[in-house]
Formats: sequence, C-alpha cells, structure tokens
Amino acid sequence: MLAFIIRRLLQSTLVMLAVAFVAFALFTYMGDPVNSMVAPDATLEERQRLRHLLGLDQPFYVQFLVFLGNELTGNFGNSFRIGAPVASIIAERLPATLELVFVAAMFALFVGVPCGVYTGLHRHGAVSRVMLTLSLVGVSLPTFLIGILLILFFSVFLGWLPSFGRGQVVSLGWWSTGFLTKSGLRSLILPSITLGLFQTTLFMRLVRAEMLEVLRTDYIKFARARGLSDRAVNFGHALKNTLVPVITIAGLQIGGLIAFAIITETVFQWPGMGLLFISAIQFVDVPVMSSYLVLVALFFVIINLVVDLLYYVVDPRLRIDRPATAH
Amino acid sequence: MKSYALAASLALSVVATSADAKTLRYSTNADLLGLDPAINNEGPSNAMKGNLYSSLVHRNFDLSLSPDLATEWSQLNPETLRLKLRPNVKFHDGSPVTADDVIFSLARFKAEQSEMKSYVATVKEIRKIDDLAIELVTEGPDPVLLQQLPSFYIMPKAWSEKNNTTQVVRGTSAPTFINFNENGSGPYKLVERVADNRTVLVVNENWWGGAAKRGNVDRAEFRPIANAATRVAALLSGEIDLMYPVPSQDIQRINQTPGAKVLEGPELRTVFFGFDQFRDELLDMKGTGKNPFKDKRVREAFYKAIDIQAIYRVVMRNGSRPTGSMVAPGVQGFSAEVDKRPPFDLEASKKLLAEAGYPSGFPVQLDCPNDRYTNDEAICQAAVPMLARAGITVKLNAQTRSLHFDKIGEKDGFNTSFYMLGWTPGTFDVHNALVNLMTRSKYPAWGINNDGRYSNPRVEELTLKAETEMDPKKRLAELEEAQMIHKNDYGHIPLHQQTLAWGVRDTIADNVKPRPQNDVDLTQISMK
Repeated sequence: MLAFIIRRLLQSTLVMLAVAFVAFALFTYMGDPVNSMVAPDATLEERQRLRHLLGLDQPFYVQFLVFLGNELTGNFGNSFRIGAPVASIIAERLPATLELVFVAAMFALFVGVPCGVYTGLHRHGAVSRVMLTLSLVGVSLPTFLIGILLILFFSVFLGWLPSFGRGQVVSLGWWSTGFLTKSGLRSLILPSITLGLFQTTLFMRLVRAEMLEVLRTDYIKFARARGLSDRAVNFGHALKNTLVPVITIAGLQIGGLIAFAIITETVFQWPGMGLLFISAIQFVDVPVMSSYLVLVALFFVIINLVVDLLYYVVDPRLRIDRPATAH
Repeated sequence: MKSYALAASLALSVVATSADAKTLRYSTNADLLGLDPAINNEGPSNAMKGNLYSSLVHRNFDLSLSPDLATEWSQLNPETLRLKLRPNVKFHDGSPVTADDVIFSLARFKAEQSEMKSYVATVKEIRKIDDLAIELVTEGPDPVLLQQLPSFYIMPKAWSEKNNTTQVVRGTSAPTFINFNENGSGPYKLVERVADNRTVLVVNENWWGGAAKRGNVDRAEFRPIANAATRVAALLSGEIDLMYPVPSQDIQRINQTPGAKVLEGPELRTVFFGFDQFRDELLDMKGTGKNPFKDKRVREAFYKAIDIQAIYRVVMRNGSRPTGSMVAPGVQGFSAEVDKRPPFDLEASKKLLAEAGYPSGFPVQLDCPNDRYTNDEAICQAAVPMLARAGITVKLNAQTRSLHFDKIGEKDGFNTSFYMLGWTPGTFDVHNALVNLMTRSKYPAWGINNDGRYSNPRVEELTLKAETEMDPKKRLAELEEAQMIHKNDYGHIPLHQQTLAWGVRDTIADNVKPRPQNDVDLTQISMK
C-alpha cells in the first residue's frame, strides 16, 4: 500500500512538471502581456523597461526555470493585471469555486444516483422514460446555453433568483462562504444546477446501465432464490457492486467540475478561479494562468489518488497484496 | 410571468424610495485595473480615479474644460502657467489640499514606473508661490498642457508617506496599498473594493462642488460582468440600473422591455484601415520587389472600393458615424472639412488600379482583431468582398487582440501589409493622433502606432510646429493643413466612430447621456 502511494506520488510529480512545461510553452504564443499593461501610446522605452522588469526579455528556458523555482518555493509571482500576489488572489477565489463545485457535485450525486437506481429497477416505467428523455437534454446542451436559459427563465421572466454574482458572503478566517446568508444560498442555485447538470445525467445513465448489468448476473439470481428481500438484493448486493465504476467516474468528474467551472463562472460572473482564469487569458496574465493550470493539475492528481485508495475500501479483492508486488 | 416581474420591480422601487438614498448599480465588461492614480492608464480605471480624486482642471461632458482644484489659471509666458488653488478643499481623511500635495503628485506622476507621465511629460517643475498658488513650468511651450491636466490626479503627500506608497511600483513588486485604497478629494469615497467583484463608493458630503453637481447618486456599486448575455439579463431583471456596452443584437430586445431602454451616443474612437507604405517589397508579394501601397493611386483605389454606407447599415446596424477624419468631433483640432469623405466609387477604383499597373489586382493579407472594437471582425469580413469587386484578393487574418497588436506593432517590427486599428487621442487633441498614427520622423517618440509607417515631410513639419505653437488660431490652421495633406495622400482609410450603447433601467433620470469616453462620471448621473 505504501509502495503504491509512493509510486503514485512520483508519477504525479512527473505529470505536474509536464503540465507546467506545456502550459508555459503555450503562453509564448499568446502575445505580449505588456500590450495590455501600458497605454497604447506608451513609448518603446517604457515598454522595454516593463518587459525587463517582468523578466519577459529573458529567453524561454530561463523564464521557465525561474517559474519552476518560484512555484517550488511557494512563490507564485504577482498578477500582471491585479498587481497582487497570485497565491493570495487564488486563495481568495478558491472558496467560491470549491463551494460551487461542492454543491454541483452533491446535486449530481443525490439526484443522479437515485434516478439511476430508479430507472434501472423500473426500466419500463413511464417515469423512467421521462427521466431518460430529460437526461438527453442535460447531456447534449452546452453548459453556457443551459446557464443562459436558466437565467432567462428564473431571473428575467420570473425574477426569483439572481442572474450573477455570489451574493453576500461571510468570512470565516480566510474562507469566505456563501452558505450562511440567504442571498449567498440563492445565488448558488442556478450556477450549481448549470455546472452539475451534465454530471447528474451522466451518473444517472451510468448507474442505470450498471444496475441492469448486475441484475442479470447469477449471484443476484441466487440471492433471490435464497429468498432475500427485494430491498436487500437491490441495495445490498446490486447497488454496492455498481459503485466501483461510479466512484472512478465520479472522481474524475469532480476534477472535471473544477476545470469546467470556467464556463459556468463566466456565464454567472461567479467570482471564482475559472473567472479569474478567463480574465487572465484576455490580459495575457501569465503568472495567474500558469499557477491556475498547475493547481488544476494538482486537483486531478489528488482526486485520482483518492479514487485509487477508495477502490481498496470498496473492492476487497484489491486488499490482498499479491506476491509479485509485495516484495 | 410578467406579473411576477412587475411585482418584483414594484417591491424594489418601494424599497428604494423608502430608504431615500439613491443607489446606482452599474456594470461593464471588465474590472478596473486598479486605483493607483499614477498607473493603470486605461479609460474605465481613469474614470473611477476621477470619481475619487480631483484634478487641477475638470473635463466636462462636452469635453470642454472647467475649474476643479484650480479656480483660475493664466499663461504668464509660453513656459509658465500660473494656477490658483481652491481654498478649504479637504481630502477624504479631512486633511487640507495644499500646493505641496500638487508638487508631490507631480513627482509621483513623473516617477520611473509611472504610466501617466505622458500627461505631465513637459512639466519641468511646479513652483510654489504660496499654499494656494502654484506655477507649472514646462520645458518648452506646450499648447496641450491644459488638455492633459484632467488626468493629473492630486494625491495627499502625508497620507502617501504614512502608508508607504510614495514610490510607484507595478508588475512583479508587492501589491501597493494605493491600488486598493484611496484618499482623494473627489466627489466620491471608496467603501469597498474586491477585484473582479465589486467596487462600492459613497458620496463625499464635503465635496466643494456639491452645489454645482448635476447628479444625485448617494451610493454607487460597480460590478463588472464579463459575459454580455448575463449583463443584458441582469439589466432586464432589474439587478443593475446601468450597463455598457450593449451588444448590437440586444438593443432592440432591451428597448422592447418595459422599464429598460438603450441610450446611444457617439464615441471618440476612430476605427480605420492602414497600409504598409514603408517596405520596398510587400510582405505578401515576395520576390516581386514591389509594394503597390507606395503608389497613391492604389491607396485611393482601396479607399474608394470600401462602401462605408453598407458597413454602416449592415454590419453596424446604423450604430456608427462614418467619417473621413482620423479623429472624432469634439477632439480639439477636428475639422469638418477633413471629415468629408471621398465617395464610394467602384469604377474609379478599378480604373486607378489599372493605371497603377495592377489591373488584375494583387494578393494582400488584412490583419484584424476579433475582440477589440465593435464588430471588428465583421467589418473586415465585409471589406474582403468589397475589395474583391475591385479586383483585389484579400486574405483575412482575424485574431485575438494581444496577438493582433503584437503582429502589427513594433514588437514584431510592424509585420503587416494591411491592418485595422482604432484610436482615441488621449489628450483630446488631434496632435496626439498625428504623432501616433501619421508621423514617424522622430521614431521612437513618434509613430509607435503608425504601423504602416506613413510619412509626408510637410505633415512632419506641421506636427512639429503645432507641438509648441501657443497661438491657438495658428495652431489649428497647422493641424488642419496636416490632416488635409494626410487625407489627400490617402494615408489611411478612416471608417467610422462607433456608437456607444448604454442600457439603462427607468430608475435612471431622463437627462442622462453616455459620455463619449464611454465610462461613468458619477457626478453626471441622476436617478429618479
């Protein structure tokens, strides 16, 4: 188990380095950050001075090494646009994104999994058919369109929910939360539905397919033959065995939620990391972009590690250390 | 559904009147870059600084100048401008505004890392006559000095020293206190600033101009919304009172919504096409040794092939002001004569090309931004078939602004043959446009944005003269002559000044109009 974790950590470090390198290499194609930092009629001399100050006149590999060195010592540099340390800006934005992702993930799990179980058990029911048809909408419509439609309906026509922003937030130390105010909670509804809708339908279809698969297997038939109750068979045996692939996908999808929060955050002007990243791209704010990409890669790596560890919990076969890998 | 919206808006209006404080909630597409008066030289950031800080001279809605911290001024000699300061003006922390603060502000504006130094570039020193009288001494005669003073914000010396922000720092250095805090003497005070989220201001009860103020906003919340569709939705749902820019396709929709409408007004920026008139061989014609754009007839042919009325009608949906001038009306030195545009004439265009030796045209790439000006890419797309009709094969290269400006600008050595650019003279004087766009003899001081390297000796000479000409009449004549020569040379193809569109709720008073600079001067906004 320990060897496994260490091996995964080494692999993860390589992944992170690769991400940092690719991200940084891409930025050289993004144009000159100095253009957005100075007035259009700034002199050549002013531009050169700023380039020098920011280290942009250094060759690519020097800039990359400096960036790596900084990143390793926890110094993420200063945002060109906001003029504050990237670390503190990200720390300020992280709660907004994580709360949004958390609510979206909870929405996806607590709506998607039960719906999947239901449609799996009642595969020919009318309600199941309606659910499946609706889920097609969730899979096929692009996120920004869903967001705009929700805004149009619930904010513009009905006037029930805010169309943008995060509402009032309460600071708990360095964490600012929208969970404790009415406007904060109201603001969470539309963006989290928008963000989580794809995952909801995905979980539902996945659980349904797995359920149908498992219900056909021999051990379910034997369980029924033994006279176990429907409840025990469906939830104790069938559902538990459908969960392994669901955990894998769910883990990856949570990473995806963080990464794809960009679109939802842009639509709802949600002051999280995705919005920060989009503004950074428009401004060619290299320190923010590189730190964001490395951070998202880190999230993926951590989530994958957690998923692998969860297999041990769910699947007893993995707990037996095989001789080939145990020495 | 409508009744819900109505009920909601009624409820809102009841709350608003019972509180009896006028709160303006407004939005645009990007956040301010910061509040430090000496850096972040950018329209919306400068406008917000103008709400918080006073200048010596104030620029009015119609671009004319009026007293601000200085109550009167006189030109003692070509190099000396004497100003009298308004007595009993206080900064927001209660300390008085004195001549020393003005001197301190000048030093900070002229600091190495300052971005605003161009506004006070010619000012050599400020002489203190007494606490309320100063003299601005320039290196030579500077006829546009007054025009530049509205952007020279006066900062408190003692406060800056106390908070350790006398140095101007930007970029990689530590965040400066002054970028997130303020202590000006302007009409509004800062309450809260959260980057990308909100900036909240309240009225400064002790502002000297209280009696003269046009607006009645007590509290303002600025909340940027990057996504245009969301911004429109926020206006339609009544969550904000004012927003800009309105995407052209949404204007009708907003006007049809009860309680919301679009206000339109002219903007100062002129959008134009430029040609490479410098290289001996056009980038797109490798091996031929020819640059057709060096021939005036070819430039004229291009000019006459562009059907500006079609662009106005179809692409801009009547939301622009076609122009023959490189500057907009309202800019000092604008000439109605120069503004008269040579007409669209396809036959003449074909004839000119044949005369110049290109009867079957030549290949050229048009470099165009796709996220900078209103409908920028669409304008270029429209120009391609127009030029094709005259026989020119144009390949369109539309890309994001940072790449576009790198390619056509000095960074990549003006790597373009034919390009689109837009310009607003930062000094509100046509001399600025001449220096940046139409001259290059004093490069790099002149012509940084003259990407086609247009040059005419007489234009250079007149521009140089106008730089130090203190007689306004003579100066205007020189500026007009220079613009006329450039126009007759077909140095660029001016297209139009785009129209500003502000979306407003009916909470905004009827007399509010968009400012040509396209930003919000809170003292000019009234609410019902």
